[in-house]
Amino acid sequence: MPANVTRGGSPVNCKGFVMEYFLQQLINGLTLGMIYGLIAIGYTMVYGIIGMINFAHGEIFMIGAFVSLITFLLLGALGITWIPLAVLVVLIATMLFTSVYGWTLERVAYRPLRDSPRLAALITAIGMSIFLQNYVQLLQGARIKPLPPVISGGFRFMKESDFVVTLSYLQVFIILLTITLMLVFTYVINRTSFGRAQRACQQDLGMAALIGINVDRTISLTFVTGASLASVAGLMFLMNYGVIDFYIGFLAGIKAFTAAVLGGIGSLPGAMLGGLLIGLIEAFWSAYFTVEYKDVAAFAILVLVLIFRPTGLLGKPDIEKV
Amino acid sequence: MTERSATTSPVLPPLDAVGIVREAGLTAFVVFALTFSLVGFKVEDVPGGLDIVTRFDQVLAATVLAFTGRVVLILLHKRRHLPVILVGLAIAAVILGLVVAARGAPESATAAWLPFESVVVNVLVAVAALVLAGRAAWSAWRRDVGVSDEAVELAARVHKAAIFLGPLMLGFAVVLPFLPFADRRLLDIAILVVTYVMLGWGLNIVVGLAGLLDLGYVAFYAVGAYSYALLAINFDLGFWVCLPFAGIMAAFAGILLGFPVLRLRGDYLAIVTLGFGEMIRVILLNWYEFTKGPDGISGIPRPTLFGLPFTRTDPDGGETFHSFFGLTYSPLDRIIFLYYLILILALVTNFFTMRIRRLPIGRAWEALREDEVACRSIGINPRNTKLTAFSIGAMFGGFGGSFFATRQGFISPESFTFIESAIILAIVVLGGMGSQIGVVFAAILLIGLPEFFRELQQYRMLAFGAAMVAIMVWRPRGLLAFRDPTIRLSDHDTAPEKQT
Repeated sequence: MPANVTRGGSPVNCKGFVMEYFLQQLINGLTLGMIYGLIAIGYTMVYGIIGMINFAHGEIFMIGAFVSLITFLLLGALGITWIPLAVLVVLIATMLFTSVYGWTLERVAYRPLRDSPRLAALITAIGMSIFLQNYVQLLQGARIKPLPPVISGGFRFMKESDFVVTLSYLQVFIILLTITLMLVFTYVINRTSFGRAQRACQQDLGMAALIGINVDRTISLTFVTGASLASVAGLMFLMNYGVIDFYIGFLAGIKAFTAAVLGGIGSLPGAMLGGLLIGLIEAFWSAYFTVEYKDVAAFAILVLVLIFRPTGLLGKPDIEKV
Repeated sequence: MTERSATTSPVLPPLDAVGIVREAGLTAFVVFALTFSLVGFKVEDVPGGLDIVTRFDQVLAATVLAFTGRVVLILLHKRRHLPVILVGLAIAAVILGLVVAARGAPESATAAWLPFESVVVNVLVAVAALVLAGRAAWSAWRRDVGVSDEAVELAARVHKAAIFLGPLMLGFAVVLPFLPFADRRLLDIAILVVTYVMLGWGLNIVVGLAGLLDLGYVAFYAVGAYSYALLAINFDLGFWVCLPFAGIMAAFAGILLGFPVLRLRGDYLAIVTLGFGEMIRVILLNWYEFTKGPDGISGIPRPTLFGLPFTRTDPDGGETFHSFFGLTYSPLDRIIFLYYLILILALVTNFFTMRIRRLPIGRAWEALREDEVACRSIGINPRNTKLTAFSIGAMFGGFGGSFFATRQGFISPESFTFIESAIILAIVVLGGMGSQIGVVFAAILLIGLPEFFRELQQYRMLAFGAAMVAIMVWRPRGLLAFRDPTIRLSDHDTAPEKQT
């Protein structure tokens, strides 16, 4: 991940602007956390329903970012430059095309292994992850792809001091879009028939099948939902950092998984909460300690959470059956 | 098998043409939707930004091929062998013919008829068509045999043959450097394969025997490599003195990792060990004063044979290997020595594993793999058992790491990425967990074969990932999955038990 998380100021010039600097990191961390949270939902849903880590989910996020980039460039070539329309088209396109990848992933790599040892599914997931990375690298080239800022400008606070806190329009867009998606998603899970089927499968796959729920279809739809949320995270990542390559899925995926574990794997609000926490921790760690070790921070948190609270913040305790 | 007798006079149900077209159409649609975005458009770097180019011809080709392929697969499934053979051969013949005709003239009109831009992909499609045709011909001849049954039989047979196969392969490995076709390139590949065999055997202790899923094995490999490199550079110690130290350091790292993760199981353990591996890499990368960071450590001394260096002349004026034995100097000597070195290290690992399986600690590992709660109730201490598995597995990783350092003469954090861990784990799992000979086959398949196809470098990892998925889908328990009971109740019951 690029090292420019500390947008809007570096520790060097923050002397005397403790409050402002803190606020800026809070904004940056929240934005980053929203992205992680969206990816984490995919992990937590899949884990909740079939009990496996979809290791290739980070790659789905990366594909989402690439589809977004391609659509942006296409719209630019077509001359559609009215930003709200362009962003909307990109959003729909990336959700559509990326969810096909999510669906295929489940169909090809995970469904044949549903009754196999869990290790086998994890190995296929790693294999799929390697495959998708190299697939994108071969098709789109290995060099990093820069995209000029689509949404620029922002609100500026505390103008009276020398350290201006900025909340960019892009960050507002990311936060609002995430909240909207979360509302829609919560509605789908709580109120629709797919949501009910999804929750039933999460509790007991066999029982759900017995009462007439199409388990295969529900699992497929779970992957599709997870992939489309991850693709939106990919779009946000592309717009926020402005550079992507085929390798971004690995670290983002691991951090999002950490977020899912931190929030309590299987718990949907937990995934979002975990994402926000990881984003904040990463932003503050980079701002107040060292940027080099920010990835170590994420892993250290993962280890600590698993030791002291293996069920995460909002997870249900796992009863060990003999 | 009831099917085998039933098919002696085949009465095949009629084909549902509409259903087949619908099924194949769906597949084609999915492939179209998959390829439209990422194959159809390519982001090009141009001065001053990015440009986009289209490749719709390849999307179309992929869609048509997916449709045909699906139809052919359904026909194969319905035991209509003849059309499958014909279509497969036709596709293969057309594509291969075009590839040969378009050779050396990539812009010609013949080349435009090829489905894909890249020659490799075209050849792969042709090979796939040939394989399908072959499969159809085979099952037409055998009158359809369940493939997976055959595979289980094969695994049991290989394991029975391991009594002869093991010594045979060992004998081949020992005489390999003196065979007429053993040149530098082949020996380099052999060293690489044996290194991975050794790492696979080391990881097999952790994953195969103790059942602890470790995705960060490369961390111990790195600890071993850096221990040797730093000891050798800073304290001027030789390879043989450092080797035990490297093993001990790696074992300590194993215990260090083991403690916090003792309570975790399965997938959680995998992710934490993965995180541990990445942490070690990030530390190696950023602790510049100690590890020289991304610059890496160069000038790591080469190993010697009881103090005899493998150079043309000894810088200190002493004897060298060739002068001591009265041989003419050959640069290949050093390679052969390295080959034997890693072969011995690997055999030690294997021998150790085979013996320790019969000790109480080895039995405790296997019991722990099967059921942790039961283990605890019969008085096995899971903590100590897991820690020994981690540290012993790590120790062999450390040995492998110091061999890597002395062979390369240069190490940097670049060599210790997650992908290495994934490859080693893939070797263990694909070989069939706990199977020592399976590791050898998997290492030859995954490391040796791709090395011979270096020209296809860019497709190597793609094929690697696809192979991992394909083998797991085909055989979820690994190529030679098969569990030999460590203890038998009577001597008569010597028939190996098939894994259920």
